[in-house]
Amino acid sequence: MDLSAINPILFFASLMVAATPIILAGIGELVVERAGVLNLGVEGMMILGAVCGFIVAVNTGSAWLGFLGAALGGALLALLFGVLTQCLLSNQVATGLALTLFGLGLSALMGQGYIGIKGPVFADWHIPILGDIPVLGPIMFQQDPMVYIALLIVLGTGLFLNRTRAGLILRAVGENHDAAHQLGYKVIRVRLMALAFGGACAGLGGAYLSLVRVPQWTEGMTAGAGWIALAIVVFAGWKPWRLLLGAYLFGGVTVLQLNLQAAGVAIPVEYLSMSPYLATIVVLVIMSAGRAPGSLGRIFHASH
Amino acid sequence: MSLRTILAGAALAAGLTSGAVADGHEPLTVGFVYVGPVGDGGWTYEHDQGRLAVEEAFGEKVETVFVENVPEGPDSERVMTQMALQGADLIFTTSFGYMDPTINVAAKFPDVKFEHATGYKQADNVSVYSARFYEGRAVQGHIAGNITESNIVGYIASFPIPEVIRGINAAYLHAAAVNPDVEFKIVWVYTWFDPAKEAEAANVLIEQGADVVLQHTDSTAPQAAAQAAGGVYTFGQASDMTEFGPVPRVSSIIDNWAPYYIARTQAVMDGTWESVSTWDGIDTGMVEIGEITDAVPADVKAEALAMVEAMRTGAYHPFTGPINKQDGSVWLAEGEVASDYGDDGLAGMNFYVEGVSGEIPE
Repeated sequence: MDLSAINPILFFASLMVAATPIILAGIGELVVERAGVLNLGVEGMMILGAVCGFIVAVNTGSAWLGFLGAALGGALLALLFGVLTQCLLSNQVATGLALTLFGLGLSALMGQGYIGIKGPVFADWHIPILGDIPVLGPIMFQQDPMVYIALLIVLGTGLFLNRTRAGLILRAVGENHDAAHQLGYKVIRVRLMALAFGGACAGLGGAYLSLVRVPQWTEGMTAGAGWIALAIVVFAGWKPWRLLLGAYLFGGVTVLQLNLQAAGVAIPVEYLSMSPYLATIVVLVIMSAGRAPGSLGRIFHASH
Repeated sequence: MSLRTILAGAALAAGLTSGAVADGHEPLTVGFVYVGPVGDGGWTYEHDQGRLAVEEAFGEKVETVFVENVPEGPDSERVMTQMALQGADLIFTTSFGYMDPTINVAAKFPDVKFEHATGYKQADNVSVYSARFYEGRAVQGHIAGNITESNIVGYIASFPIPEVIRGINAAYLHAAAVNPDVEFKIVWVYTWFDPAKEAEAANVLIEQGADVVLQHTDSTAPQAAAQAAGGVYTFGQASDMTEFGPVPRVSSIIDNWAPYYIARTQAVMDGTWESVSTWDGIDTGMVEIGEITDAVPADVKAEALAMVEAMRTGAYHPFTGPINKQDGSVWLAEGEVASDYGDDGLAGMNFYVEGVSGEIPE
């Protein structure tokens, strides 16, 4: 065993990178679920975002435009889900699962000509002054911009949900859509907007994989990250700050267990491999999860 | 399962009906079950190339179907059953974890022929086939031992099954033979295909000093990670992965399933199909070594090519004694060559050789 082989600075820096796709996909789904919609298609929106982002980035040479394309792709797919479930009143669970299958297939089709191609480089930001702080600088302030954007989205979402009138309306729609409707709020419109936001965030999370973390396009490359994000939303009790904690914990323990394995720590690999899931669930459950939004997953029709 | 898979299934159903009506001369249907997507650029990609070669060779006499991204375990049983019910005559199940499901489904469909890759359980209608990837690993180990400067070789391992352990042992023995100071850092990722996790594992190994990364997972993500890090060498796994050459990818193991798939399809057509156990290597071309790039010193490249040639003619076996097990006990005496089967045979290898550190997960 040689723990000195693990460089703590590199470890924490890669922890932030590992957690970012889950944070992005998770915060989007959190807003969707707070609006009372259960969209199980996160994986499908992520993978579509991954391929859209990669295609746009390769063709324009700009990773930024790639992320924009990814957000648009994810949002469009989410709106398809929105039309089906909100306007045509289809079952949300079944539609969400179908959305995942559809996203996986569509992305494979779109990505046919992009396998083995290199995307544009998405450079890290070396933030002046802050980035020069020893230890903390390399961990916190020399990351790529999407790491900060993800954090800003979480911050903005937290403030939006708890400190703004629009956030209150969104939560009201999620808690009791009939009451919200009677108060004159446009339930379907609010939900469609939440879904578009959720899809855009999932798309960004997927593009983070294809443009930064892996970085290349490979079919099925999200490999279940969308499901992890869905689970963390529930275990975080639908609260943005806990989501952040859960994602960092999951990303952190994932990187840590690989580090421990490489360093030859005498813990059986089976336990190390299950540790990210176990640690995240245990911590978030102990913190006692919140209550699910009252109208989560229920079909709304103005006639009721 | 993707949209294309569903479309393929629908096309198969349509094809079967129309074929039967047309002339009563139904094409032979060959099914393939894949563990990853056909676009993984590695393991599944090569199996799919084999499928396409079958289509090419037989034209209208065969129809092929495939289902990709099939999880190992019970779900694969459902997929195989579905395939057999849809009229497949020959089904290739192309991952180790499909072993028991293949045996179970085969028992229910005695008239359908099954071919399971990399497993060891046979039945009257189940053949097994695999390739001697460890021959390629020996070449990789030789090159890795020579070109590493940090003397740390990273190894991304998938599941603790004999095939993976053989690969680690073969690579280590040949790296240590040319570089006694070499150390292997092994990370088990418990997946065949998860680009993000594979990239993560590669990054961790590189951060911990590895300047050569070997992978036994199916995606090209570790290649991309090595490329981004710079100064790190890799080898293509299962597929050539030339898009990452000349560095980081300095050579590769290529699985060439096409001749085998064509031969087995022909056997079903001729009615000569029998349950067999096939384990071919460089000698028959089932294992190929991808071009060794100029990033490798010329003398090392020449030695590696000589080793390939010696394995092709059978003059050299990568597991030739003296070799001790990790605990120091004797596995192969001086000049002794490892047997394929039986106690301590290669097929069931479940121990590290002397010098590899760490324990194999249960």
